Amino acid sequence: MKNIFYIFKRELGSYFTSPVAYVILTVFLVLSGWFFYNILAGFIQYTLQMDQQAAYYGVQSGVNVNMMMIRQQFHNMAIIAVFMIPMITMRLIAEEKKTGTLELLMTSPITPIQWILGKYFAGFILYTAMITLAFVPIFLLFLFGNPEFWPVISGYIGLLFLGGAFLSCGLLISSFTENQIIAAAVSFFIFLLLWVIDWISSSLSYTWSSVIKYLAIVSHFDDFSKGIIDSKSVIFFLSFIIFGIFLTYRSIDSVRWRM
Amino acid sequence: MISVENLTKYYGVKKAVNNISFNVKKGEILGFLGPNAAGKTTTMRVITCYLSASSGTVRVAGYNVFENPLEVKRLIGYMPENPPLYTDMTVLSYLEFVGSIKGLSGRKLDESTKRVMNLTAIEHVKHRVTGKLSRGYRQRVGLAQALIHDPEILILDEPTAGLDPKQIIETRELIKSLAGQHTIVISTHILPEVSMTCQRVLIINEGEIAAEDSIENLTKRIRGSEIILVEIEGPKNEIGEKLKRIDGVSEVKFQCTKDNSLQVFHIETKPDFNVRKELVKIVVSSEWGLNEMRTVSMSLEDIFLKLTTKEEEV
Repeated sequence: MKNIFYIFKRELGSYFTSPVAYVILTVFLVLSGWFFYNILAGFIQYTLQMDQQAAYYGVQSGVNVNMMMIRQQFHNMAIIAVFMIPMITMRLIAEEKKTGTLELLMTSPITPIQWILGKYFAGFILYTAMITLAFVPIFLLFLFGNPEFWPVISGYIGLLFLGGAFLSCGLLISSFTENQIIAAAVSFFIFLLLWVIDWISSSLSYTWSSVIKYLAIVSHFDDFSKGIIDSKSVIFFLSFIIFGIFLTYRSIDSVRWRM
Repeated sequence: MISVENLTKYYGVKKAVNNISFNVKKGEILGFLGPNAAGKTTTMRVITCYLSASSGTVRVAGYNVFENPLEVKRLIGYMPENPPLYTDMTVLSYLEFVGSIKGLSGRKLDESTKRVMNLTAIEHVKHRVTGKLSRGYRQRVGLAQALIHDPEILILDEPTAGLDPKQIIETRELIKSLAGQHTIVISTHILPEVSMTCQRVLIINEGEIAAEDSIENLTKRIRGSEIILVEIEGPKNEIGEKLKRIDGVSEVKFQCTKDNSLQVFHIETKPDFNVRKELVKIVVSSEWGLNEMRTVSMSLEDIFLKLTTKEEEV
């Protein structure tokens, strides 16, 4: 347990002593802020129209902030995360391989699973910080409107699960190579594929299309953004994360044999 | 302390280490000598649990490296050929990190960090980032890292590579001073290093042990045959021809010509032959001049080359 913490601390420290963390955070926040601003502008225009129509017909106007703004913003944040997570995970193991520090970790009295977890948590905390900061504008909505609170929380949890799954997948890919560019490119390819994989489902047989639909990460995330915490989706994300970490462990273990 | 039995390691189909066995006793300094790609690093990596053996067993202080890797890793301090530094950390924070993953904490960690920084003389650079250090300092930080948990066994892969002559001497002194309380295995292809620091040498070539002995014995073993240097005044080719015909001479090597007519030769004799008398006779009867004749002792370098290069002429 202590060993996990030492690795975690070093890893998180190296995100912040290098410009990596600042660049990732800035890019994410600027992009998600840009999307948020545009959704807000569209929303205001739409409400004004609705108000006019309501006044004309003499009825009460009602626009759902959660459905029209917050849910869309969650999807935008998830898409930006697909772009940013490869940058968080690409260095995690590939860099250790390149600089030879893997040799230090492998010959120190800690088990591979301990340092893999330490690294995973460091990436996860950076990701959490990124998501949490991007929630500030959403919480500002509470000052000026009356969105429902719990769907916001469930969306937040959904984003954490989604990121957690991508992080474990990215960690695995980082363990296959010593080249960070390759790790990032392959991770990005796989994340995007997982995102759009269900587009093909309509042309497949029922069995295959249900398998593909289950794999499509976006459908599981959708529930969370609507305010539903479905145990099926929770189990999907948790097993995805655990499976990714397990495969990373096997991949690292096999270095001893393959090299 | 370390026992290696029938260790074999394949990289794909390439055999890097072929069925080698050896033992290292407690408190001993063993030198691992061999040309590049001989299998030194591979053997060390198996001992330190970084790689798995294809076959054979390795035991460290009674623990099997395959079955009890954690116990083995606790006993070993390993310095790879390229110091495994995190280039974004300062020397101090790097050493503290390594110390903590090696099981040190609190006051013990502070003391150990101070101790190794003193030992390797890096105290004055402790706030510098390791990536900005010169090669020599990186090497020293690498050594400090291996020493931090005061391990019983030290495995050093080319510890003096990239150091300047003064640092090399200091490092050798340091290694020598660690002998006794630590069991040390050093790999190198610099020969004087072995004769200066190690008690026992293991010469390894193409994955196999070419020789294993103390330095004196190794020198003695080959001393049976000796090399004689002669400086003869006369025609070069004729001298060469006649010297070769002497009974007991195994090889005649022309070295150089001095002052136009002085020919310098190295004569290698077969074991237990004294060719000096016969040699002088020939010189006198051919009316050449003998300027010098002396025994050149076989250096470790010659032994090494003899053992690791195939004699294709024979």
